[in-house]
Amino acid sequence: MTSYLLFIGTITAIYALLSLGLVVSWGQAGMVNLGLVGFFGLGAYCSALLTYIGAPIGFGWLAGAALAAAIGVAFCLLTRTLRGDYLAIVTLGFGEGLRLVELNERWLTGGSDGISGIRPPLKEALSDLYPWFYFTLAWAVVALAAWALSRILASPFGRALRAVRDDEKVAAVAGKNVLRLKCQAFGIGAALFGFAGALYAHFTSYISPDNFVIQLTIYIFLAVTAGGYSRLVGAIFGSLAVMTILESSRFAAEFIPGLSAVQIASLREFTIAVALIMIMQLRPQGVFGLRNERAGANASDGAPHATAVPATPN
Amino acid sequence: MTKTQLEIADLSIHFGGIRALDGASFEIRSGITTGLIGPNGAGKTTLFNCISGLTPGATGTVRFCGREISRESPQEISRAGLVRSFQLARGCENMTVFEHLMLYGPRQRGESLVSALLGNAEARRQEQALREEALDMARQLKLAHVLDNLVTRLSGGQKKLLEIGRVLLAKPKMILLDEPMAGVNPTLVQEIADHLVEIQKSGISIVLIEHEMELIERLCDEVIVMAGGRFLTRGSFSEIATNRDVQESYLGIRRQ
Repeated sequence: MTSYLLFIGTITAIYALLSLGLVVSWGQAGMVNLGLVGFFGLGAYCSALLTYIGAPIGFGWLAGAALAAAIGVAFCLLTRTLRGDYLAIVTLGFGEGLRLVELNERWLTGGSDGISGIRPPLKEALSDLYPWFYFTLAWAVVALAAWALSRILASPFGRALRAVRDDEKVAAVAGKNVLRLKCQAFGIGAALFGFAGALYAHFTSYISPDNFVIQLTIYIFLAVTAGGYSRLVGAIFGSLAVMTILESSRFAAEFIPGLSAVQIASLREFTIAVALIMIMQLRPQGVFGLRNERAGANASDGAPHATAVPATPN
Repeated sequence: MTKTQLEIADLSIHFGGIRALDGASFEIRSGITTGLIGPNGAGKTTLFNCISGLTPGATGTVRFCGREISRESPQEISRAGLVRSFQLARGCENMTVFEHLMLYGPRQRGESLVSALLGNAEARRQEQALREEALDMARQLKLAHVLDNLVTRLSGGQKKLLEIGRVLLAKPKMILLDEPMAGVNPTLVQEIADHLVEIQKSGISIVLIEHEMELIERLCDEVIVMAGGRFLTRGSFSEIATNRDVQESYLGIRRQ
């Protein structure tokens, strides 16, 4: 049971990392990345292949993140004159297209057999402690990413990003370099997806195109939506919630009589759909909602109506 | 005679078959308030959109303080000191009044990704200074009590005030105001007009699109009339008001 929980806990950390990436690119900068799983897969394959030919594991991880970021920035530049919807379409195509490349370029990716025997870091040295080590490592990465992102997003950079999200023209007239901000936000998001992919590949030691299907993109969008789409804490909360729903539906199926194996498998997707509909009905802004910068206590000095207007809910 | 600050030469743009601007050419002098009037569809807002870089694709040239800006991006034009307001008081719906004011701070170090991540004493100092300016601006515009409200919760008049406030926080040399007093109650119109007088006194040139002739008369040192996407005539308000062409194309509709 412990090993199962550690496995799920590590996967949750990887989901949390993906969610953090989505909060930056979608929640803060308003750019929809429907090819999230493509960047995830790109990081996974990149690191797996590089370490296979002898690169150090840490280098593989960073290279996976860097490659994903480079592709992300390239998409941003490619779609710069188009409306935001087109970025969503382009990335959706990328996610599906990359999966087909993984499936068909057997010389590189092993096709549907995937790549097995991906080197785990320090596994021999740690033996029994290895699952604990990887669990801790994954969550440490999440904590580090969340800390760095919270610094970035609380700065004037983050404010400019949110302005781009809400109204690009206002941001441009305010003197902000809209294209650069978008590339940076999308690149950071893609880098986190790529890094998460690399973490995943070396954790499971085996990747195949089946690991990188569109469902994962949907799960992450659900996690971020559930938590409050612009909130880092919401992303972590959301990934915990999504993983709980996914895994508990696996056990719940045992208690519902008269279901075939296929029906039990679809119960997961069904539960996720119901959860999404319920969140949108009950709390469209997500559990944590919006957070705005406060002007501070001394802001309304001398204002006659200081208490007459209700404060903005956070 | 003050010198030319904004020079528009042969500016044209068409949307489909409609020539919104049809060879508009005129200069706007610095340090004064210039009224831009003309019937609906004369191309006034389109002119603002082209000058500020938001509507690319116009032919002709625009020079601001001697620098050619007609091919530059909106942010470069804004940073050069030419900042426009929006007619419909556009806003970022998920941001507060305070955040809007802070957004317009020019050349903030903290907007670079590296200094945002690593922290930077200069960026913090700038941010603090900008914060003081924003709070001060909010007090002057009587927006201090709504600083933490989302802009979607503001009244129409408060949105217009915020529009002026944030434009000023960009430390502009010239501001393009698109009907800053439209749809606002009479008391607030007077308040906004007073603000505009103050702004001009502080050395910022104003270009004002406005349909209310009393306000044009009171605020503008010079009036430029546009019709059909072109420059029609210019002069002081009294010159314009007695101009036969203007009476026919614009004022006549209202005054006779």
